[in-house]
Amino acid sequence: MLEIRGLAASINDKPILHGIDLTVPQGEVHAIMGPNGSGKSTLAYVLSGREDYAVTAGSVSFNDRDLLDMEPEERAAAGVFLAFQAPIELPGVGNANFLRTALNALRRSRGETELDAVQFLKLARAEAKRLAMPEDMLRRNVNVGFSGGEKKRNEVLQMAILRPKLAILDETDSGLDIDALKIVADGVNALRGPDFSALVITHHQRLLDHIVPDRVHVLSAGRIVRSGGAELAKQLEKSGYAAVQAEAA
Amino acid sequence: MNAITETGTAGLLARYEALRGSLPGDPALRDAAARAFRSLGLPGASRGRRSEAWKYTSLAPVADMSFGIDHLPPGHGHGTRRDQVLIVRAGQYIPHLSSPQVPGFTRFADAPSFAMPDRLESDPLLALNTMLAEDGVVLTVPDGADLGLVYLMQTGIAGTSGHPRHVIRLGQGARLTLVEQSLGEGRYLLNPVFDIQVAEDAALTHIRVLQDGEDAVNLTGIAVNVAARGQYEQLTMVAEGRITRTDIRASIDGPQARVHLDGVQLLKGTQHSDFTSVVRHLAPHGTSRQAVRSVLADRSHGVFQGRIEVARPAQKTDGYQRSSTLLLSSDAEMDTKPELEIFADDVKCSHGATVGALDAEQLFYLRSRGIPDTEARSLLIRAFLAEALEPVTNDEVRAMLEGTVDRWWKDRAA
Repeated sequence: MLEIRGLAASINDKPILHGIDLTVPQGEVHAIMGPNGSGKSTLAYVLSGREDYAVTAGSVSFNDRDLLDMEPEERAAAGVFLAFQAPIELPGVGNANFLRTALNALRRSRGETELDAVQFLKLARAEAKRLAMPEDMLRRNVNVGFSGGEKKRNEVLQMAILRPKLAILDETDSGLDIDALKIVADGVNALRGPDFSALVITHHQRLLDHIVPDRVHVLSAGRIVRSGGAELAKQLEKSGYAAVQAEAA
Repeated sequence: MNAITETGTAGLLARYEALRGSLPGDPALRDAAARAFRSLGLPGASRGRRSEAWKYTSLAPVADMSFGIDHLPPGHGHGTRRDQVLIVRAGQYIPHLSSPQVPGFTRFADAPSFAMPDRLESDPLLALNTMLAEDGVVLTVPDGADLGLVYLMQTGIAGTSGHPRHVIRLGQGARLTLVEQSLGEGRYLLNPVFDIQVAEDAALTHIRVLQDGEDAVNLTGIAVNVAARGQYEQLTMVAEGRITRTDIRASIDGPQARVHLDGVQLLKGTQHSDFTSVVRHLAPHGTSRQAVRSVLADRSHGVFQGRIEVARPAQKTDGYQRSSTLLLSSDAEMDTKPELEIFADDVKCSHGATVGALDAEQLFYLRSRGIPDTEARSLLIRAFLAEALEPVTNDEVRAMLEGTVDRWWKDRAA
């Protein structure tokens, strides 16, 4: 379903990704691990279509469509979702209004009827409750005055409501305490199934205790230097990235 | 229509000559106003001088406008369901289109009174209005009365000018929400002057929605005096019009009075809007806020000149002034000129200005959630304006303002 071939990308003429090859079959969860500056977030942004990143080589296909040729909103409509590492604050935009606008835009693009405010709130409240989020988070402005953990949970809430086919979680575990981590992981696990794939980007193995991946890939200096099963994450935790990098060199 | 061949300043003076003798009120004051206007002229037009107050706004486009004297056609009703509506067309009160009974209402033609004659020599638009005002709305709210919501609809008529004079008097503890809407088509000049007095403990909310014709010029002057513990809260939304200028002079005359002067400028094409305000604190413990939010598209031009004056007795004054601008095009321009003049030593006064484009990260965040670019931009602009509409507590008025924002956005995108 997601096929990345020889992907190279740069920002401000500085090359970050140097030829990524990666396939995520439908229904699988893959983890991307790697040290700071290895290009993990760049990969996430390139896949979701952020404009300031320039793709210089390679291709990405998603369910046989050329993902790189699509606008960010078209990618979302096709089922791609990025949980931001640093979620953006939107002063003046109510969280419920934001979520409903997004959901209805997606439903429109799929030819489904839009949800009215009552139908939407019922859905949103149920999902918020499952993520142990206080209900007033729906009334507040998007991410404004949210704690780090609340922002991350709000990302997972959006994911739960928008039901993507491919979720890219960019360090969703950073800044979370262990209870919040578990809630977030449960939220992701609840979506797992034959129609859901995920790329879980993380610096630490900790999250992968709760979201057990089908495959683990190690990203270093813009390349995938090693791939393996879930056990690779545990190995990395013990030996550190340096060993893997040395081995790959 | 009577033919007046001169245009601009000369045309307006010719109009005065044609109407002189039939105008209500003191003829000597009218002549004095005409002398002042003749000497000052239209700022930036023909012989007009550019004073500091008109630094960023030129009335050159008025120089070739003509001002025939229109014998008003009967016109059609607006079919409004609102129960307190006063209609003024090209400066004339239109009884048969207005609500039959609005408590405290008199038409200006029946009770002409001109305050502020001392400023005739320095304010060309006040002089122009004083020279030509034929009619307008006089609203007197007695002590303790609450008049609720009163709509004042002003329309312009192509090829002529309107100079309504409105006098609003709130007695002690009185309440009024005045919603002023300005509409019209074609090329015309509207030059209303509001003379407002808010007594002790009274509160006036003045909401203004200006949607004048695309070739129209609207130059409004507002003079307001607020007594102890009184409140004047004003919001002007400019969403149409070739040149629009709001010139507010607010005076805090008694302790603990409050003045809010907010502006929302939604401009596109080559529209020009100028929000100029002066708040004069003469008494202690006064609060004032001047907050202007501008969204400028295409080659439009916004202006905010805000001035706070704090006299020596006005200790514990809290004055605040801010201009926030979203530029949707690199050809749009915003000029901001804050001024503070403080003679008291124990005051809190601040000002600030921001000018920028829509935030790229916010836009990407919305689009990454599937919200199309146009809708995402609209959401961010409305969020930017939402703060300006926050003080508007009346649901009906708020919906009207939100609708104006939505229509502006749709028209612009079309």
